Amino acid sequence: MRYISDKDPSEFRERLFIAIGVVFFIFSILVVRLWYLQVMKSHYFGELSLNNRIRVTKTPAPRGLILARDGTILAENRPGFDLAIIPEDVEDMEKTLSTLEKLVGVNKEILRKRIKRARGRPPFKSIKLKKDLSWEEMVRVAIYRFELPGVLIEVGPTRSYPLGEITAHLIGYVGEISVREQERLRRAGKTSYSLGDIIGKSGVEAIYENVLRGMDGGRQIEVDAHGRLIKVMKEIPPFPGNNLRLTIDVPTQLALWEALSGKAGAGIAIDPRNGKVLAMVSTPSFDPNLLIGGISEEDWQSIINNPFRVFTNRAIQGQYPPASTFKVITAAAALEEGIIEPSTKMYSGPVFRFGGREYRDWKPEGHGNIDIKKAIIESADTFFYQVGLMVGIERLARYAEMFGFGKKTGIGFGTEKAGLVPTPEWKKKTYGTIWYDGETILTAIGQGFLLTTPLQLANAYASIANGGTLYMPQFVESIESPSGKVIKEFEPVELGKVELSTETLSLLKEALRGVVADEDGTAHHLNVDGLRIAGKTGTAQVVRLKKRTRDIEKIPYKHRDHAWFVGFAPYDDPRIVVAVIVEHGGFGSQSAAPVALKVIQTYLKGLEERDKLLSTEHKRGERL
Amino acid sequence: MIEKRYFFQTDWLLLAIAIALTVIGIANIYSATHIHQPYLYKKQLYWLIVALVVMVPVVAINYSLFERFAYVIYGISLVTLVIALLWGHSAGGSRRWLDLGFFHFQPSELAKIAFMMALAKYLSSRELPRRGLSLKELMGPAALLAPPFLLVAKQPDLGTALIFLFVFASMLCIVKIRLKTMLAISAGLLAMIPFVWHSLKDYQKARLLSFLDPTMDPLGSGYHILQSKIAIGSGGFMGKGFTQGTQGTLMFLPAHHTDFIFPVLAEEWGFVGSFVVLLLFLLFIIRGMDITGSAKDRFGFLLAFGIVSMIFWHTVVNMGMVTGLLPVVGVPLPFLSYGGSFLVTTFVGVGLLLNIGMRRFLF
Repeated sequence: MRYISDKDPSEFRERLFIAIGVVFFIFSILVVRLWYLQVMKSHYFGELSLNNRIRVTKTPAPRGLILARDGTILAENRPGFDLAIIPEDVEDMEKTLSTLEKLVGVNKEILRKRIKRARGRPPFKSIKLKKDLSWEEMVRVAIYRFELPGVLIEVGPTRSYPLGEITAHLIGYVGEISVREQERLRRAGKTSYSLGDIIGKSGVEAIYENVLRGMDGGRQIEVDAHGRLIKVMKEIPPFPGNNLRLTIDVPTQLALWEALSGKAGAGIAIDPRNGKVLAMVSTPSFDPNLLIGGISEEDWQSIINNPFRVFTNRAIQGQYPPASTFKVITAAAALEEGIIEPSTKMYSGPVFRFGGREYRDWKPEGHGNIDIKKAIIESADTFFYQVGLMVGIERLARYAEMFGFGKKTGIGFGTEKAGLVPTPEWKKKTYGTIWYDGETILTAIGQGFLLTTPLQLANAYASIANGGTLYMPQFVESIESPSGKVIKEFEPVELGKVELSTETLSLLKEALRGVVADEDGTAHHLNVDGLRIAGKTGTAQVVRLKKRTRDIEKIPYKHRDHAWFVGFAPYDDPRIVVAVIVEHGGFGSQSAAPVALKVIQTYLKGLEERDKLLSTEHKRGERL
Repeated sequence: MIEKRYFFQTDWLLLAIAIALTVIGIANIYSATHIHQPYLYKKQLYWLIVALVVMVPVVAINYSLFERFAYVIYGISLVTLVIALLWGHSAGGSRRWLDLGFFHFQPSELAKIAFMMALAKYLSSRELPRRGLSLKELMGPAALLAPPFLLVAKQPDLGTALIFLFVFASMLCIVKIRLKTMLAISAGLLAMIPFVWHSLKDYQKARLLSFLDPTMDPLGSGYHILQSKIAIGSGGFMGKGFTQGTQGTLMFLPAHHTDFIFPVLAEEWGFVGSFVVLLLFLLFIIRGMDITGSAKDRFGFLLAFGIVSMIFWHTVVNMGMVTGLLPVVGVPLPFLSYGGSFLVTTFVGVGLLLNIGMRRFLF
């Protein structure tokens, strides 16, 4: 074996050349790599470096206000503090979340879920953890902010509804856009919504989303790796949404709410001269303010578990048999078709027998020999059984449709129901069976298959009150710019004419007045001096009871009849039509009529005061 | 001890390159940190002065003295490593520093030099077979490597441990290893991969995985590589200009003044700047090889070669890492990265090279 024995390193020197070769080789790899990154891909990486430091943040536009017709605010914006997080900037998520749990009292796991749900958002976009912090929570978070990188407090307009549940169904509420809604809007070509944006969820907020929304502004800012603002590069200010002035009369709305609260039901008041909605309430209601700030689990459960389905707007979605309130339409058909004369008298006993069955009257002793006017006043069932048979279902249906039944009024709510006007063809199609005369008898007094919404009923009566015009109900007076300039005014829209002779119309009006004015009228207790109310009560059967009793306390709640009242005032110059239903309220005269009375009283008093004010101003003007 | 002729035999070019690279480094540290830590570049400037002062005795003392005390120095460095591990100052999850009051000293840096001296002495005091070292003959060198390597890996400082391994391998290759032995070792290393993987810490595994696919988790472990590549790539051919880089100054780049200083330079000076720096490194290494080849004895040759290979591996591993060619291991770039211990160690190495170079003549 040969050894390198001397200390001279010449033996190693030859390998030094190999080493130098290796060095050159590896360095040339590095040069090629740098050439690839800095020359060939420099454009690509240049773009990435721009994306890194430039972020576009949204400045949400304040949503338009919703006002009542006198300017009372029904929906407004107030500054709200939202807790948000940018997960990319968080150093210790676990610690951050448990600190936040202590500061704002939201369970750690719920916070985690909210962050997880926001997956798919662009990087460095903040996620809302809790909306609308209280002042105390805001201060607490602000104190700890420097220990919680990535956590921020965002100030933004928060929607607020001063009248809360009183206008809940009408105004609706807003919320963060859902993925499904965003998808739907994108397909409709509206791409300006991004996740986290606020959108109207129901009611006016949803119907007039496009008007109220406005244009979000934006800021292009340069940030550092911690998302801290270095400088604002470009700023586009937000453009606030337009305001909506509704036709709602606040005192009337309040009166309707007060009179209905504690009951399940709905009421709607319309100006018969143009179809403008003066008040609309559905009970039980919900507080829309709770739904905005990320509702708590408990509140949500109590809302959706409420057996009375609080989200249902019964004024337009509730479908009930119109009951005796429909007798006016039967009467109109009979008179117009010449089947009876105003003077024709018919015996109306306690029972009408037909086809081997007994059709009872609500009054055990019957009404005797009466004409049509008296029949309406006393709401004589047996009178209308006979008349209905003579008119026949085809003509009854035609008249019902002429009055707007069985068809959406077009008020604008997507949730509006059409009601139902039954015909033999309809029955054949739906049930596959033929029409029986017994069903005509029931239809004549507004029972059976016939269904109406309170809105349709009010609108039908409005056409009687105004002399034969069926208007489309409207709840918006005008659209106004943020500075208050009127952009668009809504003109009354005619849906059609109710083709009745003047004689028939005035007879119906007189009869309806008689319901209140006559001693024997079913709503005589509404005969308050000065109001001159005309109207009709109704009692919609929920189940057929063997023995009818006036003592409703003895009947289980869900078997009690629905109570109706629909009427207008003053009867010789109608300014307001009101339809009220109280679910399971028993007789119409007992529970629904007093509600209508309150509403009419309030509205007419308001009108009177306004007139007085106008006339004094007028006088003052004359004196000057 | 210092004769006049040594002045003329000193490789001034090598020293000039070293100082030039350090000054470029300081300028880059300034650019990267002047917004948030405006004092760092000054500290590095002081460190350069300290390093040059320390270098004076290293150059002046005849390196045969280092040969004589090589094992003692090696022993001392092992002791400091143990102390660091037991009572050291920990930062970022590893115990690497000794608090010496006025500064934090990193014993693993000194250990690199000490280890090279010990290995050079061991190899020059043996009779080496011409056909190359066999596995049995590698046991001695391996025994020298094991203590510092394991102590550094335990800190844990994977990067420095890797440098130990590379320098060790380089020095043994230059004295020649038998082909048979080489193949056997390669096979053994391959077989060990699964066990090594198993023993890695989670963050180390994550770095390796994200190296294989940086887009897997761009904000997690792939973040370093991606941001580094963005910085280098966005620099383009001419660069964005001094202090105009956005990746570094806006802190998208992590550790932008230590391990990731090169991307700062590449972003601001472009391909031209990167190429110049690379060229300076290449020149330094060639000059170092030149000194190695002219060394008058085996110890000088091996020590010089060890130092050159150390600087070479540091450069290559660091650049490979920041350009995305190699996984992220915390290895600083010689002369340019911020850090006192490392700069002083590097200049001690430069000093030793100068020392060996100027005493190349036997007379």
